[in-house]
Amino acid sequence: MRMFTAILAMAHLTLYESRRRRIVTAAVVCAAAFLAVYATGLFFIHREQVRTSMPFVQQQATMALLAVAGLYAVNFLSILFAVLLPVDTLSGEIDSGVLHTIASKPVRRADIVIGKWLGHAVIVTGYVLALLLGVMLVMRVVVGPVPVRPLQALPLLILEMLLLMTVSIAGGTRLSTVTNGVTALGFYGIAFIGGWIEQIGGFVGSHAARTVGIVASLISPADALWRLGSYRVQPDNLRNIGAALFATSSIPTTLMVWWAAGFTLAALLFAVRSFSTRQL
Amino acid sequence: MTGLAIETRELCKWFGATLAVADLSLSVRTGEIFGFLGPNGAGKTTSVKMLLSLVTPDGGAGRVLGQRLGDRETRRRIGFLPEHFRFHDCLTARELLRFHGRLYGLSGSDLDMRIDRLLARVDLLEAADRPVRGYSKGMLQRTGLAQALLNDPSLVFLDEPTSGLDPLGRMLVRDIIAELRERGTTVFLNSHLLGEVEATCDRVAFVKQGRIIHEMTLGESTAMIDVELRIGPIDACLLEGLSSFGTAVSRSGADMVRMRVDSDAALPALTRWLVERGTCVYALQPRRKSLEEWFVEVMGEDQRPG
Repeated sequence: MRMFTAILAMAHLTLYESRRRRIVTAAVVCAAAFLAVYATGLFFIHREQVRTSMPFVQQQATMALLAVAGLYAVNFLSILFAVLLPVDTLSGEIDSGVLHTIASKPVRRADIVIGKWLGHAVIVTGYVLALLLGVMLVMRVVVGPVPVRPLQALPLLILEMLLLMTVSIAGGTRLSTVTNGVTALGFYGIAFIGGWIEQIGGFVGSHAARTVGIVASLISPADALWRLGSYRVQPDNLRNIGAALFATSSIPTTLMVWWAAGFTLAALLFAVRSFSTRQL
Repeated sequence: MTGLAIETRELCKWFGATLAVADLSLSVRTGEIFGFLGPNGAGKTTSVKMLLSLVTPDGGAGRVLGQRLGDRETRRRIGFLPEHFRFHDCLTARELLRFHGRLYGLSGSDLDMRIDRLLARVDLLEAADRPVRGYSKGMLQRTGLAQALLNDPSLVFLDEPTSGLDPLGRMLVRDIIAELRERGTTVFLNSHLLGEVEATCDRVAFVKQGRIIHEMTLGESTAMIDVELRIGPIDACLLEGLSSFGTAVSRSGADMVRMRVDSDAALPALTRWLVERGTCVYALQPRRKSLEEWFVEVMGEDQRPG
């Protein structure tokens, strides 16, 4: 029971503190700006479609692609937020000495890491959810019903962000804040380029290139989650004609989702272990 | 082990190729106010961090409150004020203390009462509901002190508790240490301010380059006391008589005599003798060797505290 008290106290502190952090304000402002631009763009495109009496199927396909493009922006903003929000939570507090008074209390080092993880997980999940619902709302209000299923991508996007957030927290147990930020974004960079190599390799029929991409996704499974998510979001007709954005020629399997979940858990265990032996 | 709040044997700590603490062997008695003195970089803070399990020793062994180093439950009875107390500055002092109280497993009205009592004790009751980002360094340090006392600890580590405090703040810390002494709390005090240490500590250890090089009880630190007497009239017979109470008797002015006695105990008899033989006693001033003089002597001239 006492263990949970410490974890909850840490999680509560993380949540409380985030309300006053500028990075959260900046992320919310960016999200609002993105939705405003997105809504405006959609409005003009949709008006043009109506004006030119574009065939309904073509209209729907265009809107589906725009929906996926919107989700891509959600993915991008969330990645930056998930990596940068917790990037200094351990390294910064080790440097400033904040952790000295916490770690000298009757708490496990693991409680500190898990509590912080929990607090950040709530914030990051909330951010992804708000952005995704924002895109759905904009679509609904500006265009009307669109044949996409954004909620299909939600669990995958959340897992992707939790994975990146956990890597960022784990890095903070050993690396300085800036080094950790660069490393964590670099970790996503591997996934990003791996994803494209896998797609293009599949498209040109290069088995070797596809394998390189899959190996890259195993090393850093974040982008594979996005690709699977974006595939699931899109309507069957686009998928059937091979026109689904971001996942045309090589679609990640469910096994990759389990791999990513296991990877996240392993990264969290590493963070706990690494922080437990960290000299403060 | 009974009677010892802290006992360590040959604790050592390396940071890369640098030896931060070498062979730290010390005993701190329960209820004692213990001063840990040394110049910058002597390994004082690292030693405290080892005792608090913030840093793992590379060698040696130790016990704190009767339990081996690193025992988590023992930390429930320990308070700690780091040298530079920092915390999330968006919190108010009250929120900050509530958070730390929860880490000690405290909650509810018991915690709230403790917080109110401590905020009043460190003169922060009025500012308690303002974010600490607007606090002065002294206010922050006093918040840290309240944080260190939240659990009514049996042992408190205070690392430079008066740095950043004005004279009134220092007096407050001195009073709080005196209260802790009365309550039987053991206090481990790291400080550069030798005057503070002299005023509060029962015993001190001098640490240099990660080793304890001298320990002494402050009451006994001045086994030999220099005494300055303003008396009259002074004659050869008087000086000869004074020689039976001490050594190095010398006349230093028209009505001034200096001499050295073995201890405080010699002073009442000396005064009685002077009065009984009809000598006028205007002043009798024992002059102890200050801790600063001891520090310079023990550390060497090149190790004055920075």
